[in-house]
Amino acid sequence: MTKIVYIEHSGKSHSINVQNGLTVMEGAIQNNIPGIDADCGGSMACATCHVYVKEEWFDKLPKKEDGEEDMLDMAFEPNKFSRLSCQLTVTDELDGLIVQLPSKQT
Amino acid sequence: MIKTDALIIGAGPTGLFTAHQLKLIGLDCEIVDNLDKIGGQCIELYPDKPIYDIPAIPECTGQELTNSLIKQLKPFNIKFHLAERVDEVKNNNGKWEVKTNKGTLFNTPNIIIAGGVGSFEPRKFTPKECERFEEKSIFYSIKDKTIFKDKTVSIFGGGDSALDWAVELSKNSKINLIHRRDEFRGAQSTVNKMNELTKKGKINLFTKYQLKNVKGTKNLESIDIEHDNKEVTNLKTDFVLGFFGLIMQLGPIANWGLNLNKKTINVDTEKFETNQKGIYAVGDICNYPGKLKLILSGFHEGALAARACFKLAKPNEKYRFEFTTSSKTIKNRLGVKDD
Repeated sequence: MTKIVYIEHSGKSHSINVQNGLTVMEGAIQNNIPGIDADCGGSMACATCHVYVKEEWFDKLPKKEDGEEDMLDMAFEPNKFSRLSCQLTVTDELDGLIVQLPSKQT
Repeated sequence: MIKTDALIIGAGPTGLFTAHQLKLIGLDCEIVDNLDKIGGQCIELYPDKPIYDIPAIPECTGQELTNSLIKQLKPFNIKFHLAERVDEVKNNNGKWEVKTNKGTLFNTPNIIIAGGVGSFEPRKFTPKECERFEEKSIFYSIKDKTIFKDKTVSIFGGGDSALDWAVELSKNSKINLIHRRDEFRGAQSTVNKMNELTKKGKINLFTKYQLKNVKGTKNLESIDIEHDNKEVTNLKTDFVLGFFGLIMQLGPIANWGLNLNKKTINVDTEKFETNQKGIYAVGDICNYPGKLKLILSGFHEGALAARACFKLAKPNEKYRFEFTTSSKTIKNRLGVKDD
């Protein structure tokens, strides 16, 4: 289990133990964290699992694969710390990862 | 008023195969979809991505799957109502009265919602003030390009729609092209053309900028765009176009009195019927214990919902289960010769 911290737009924080191998998106969906829609179910086709990664964590994450940045063009208010949480697989290295959720996804 | 045995909402793979199942058992149906083409998510989200889990098809793209399903429907003459969204559903004496946003009216005992994750709508700009100018000076699709002649048009986005329109409209308009990063994801040939036009001064290119605010009293006058480094630039403009792709919204379905579970509709697993008699939900939009969001599950759900429609469509007849391999009646419906 790896600790992932989801911070809602309102500031409400959820510290969740997520099983390694799941994605950050799946960790949120399985634990009913509001603010992540994941309409397409993780096929990188919709940009509704968009999160802002806390600055100090951003460079520690695996780099974006082809297509993620394209999809982020369509996200709600993307910035330079934006990622799609369906593309972030939980591993021991991510223990303590903090992601902030946008005010909405669509 | 169109009378039909069943109305299918959604022309994705599930809706298409459900139509096939209805026609096989001798029921009429028509299909409504908000997109202007057949195929649903397969066509809109991943036309070129290979799918590996359709039974008996080792690999096919969303486009190929859609083409095959359309081919399978060929023996039947099915009417599609594309670029139409179902807005209202009312019960009248046990039948459903359905109205679309274009005013088409249906009367049917059965509605099958195969709506995927809802209807596709354009993703809009964030600033609230944009709503005031929508469809007047701010557009998310173009119906009449002549209104832009000799005007200043600010285009946002980094895909093919944004690039194609920037290139096209630069012939007769002053163009600002604004995108949140340096890379464009459109076709390389269009990117090259856009770069050429930028060099010639036909297109003013602003990258790493996003829309911050729109200004104007009656008409739109100017916009503020903000750079990644927070620096704000004001651009005089007559029109703003946004091309950020499509998002999926449950839309009017939310108002039909159905038991919703987030963005899905609760159904039973015998008929895939909702809490409203004669309204069924199949494919990604339905929810029940163990639901899998796979195309193959949609096919199964559609087949069962189609059988359930029979009783309400032909109350005085008895449904008889038959195989396509042996039934003369079905072969007749398919127009194949029995040998």
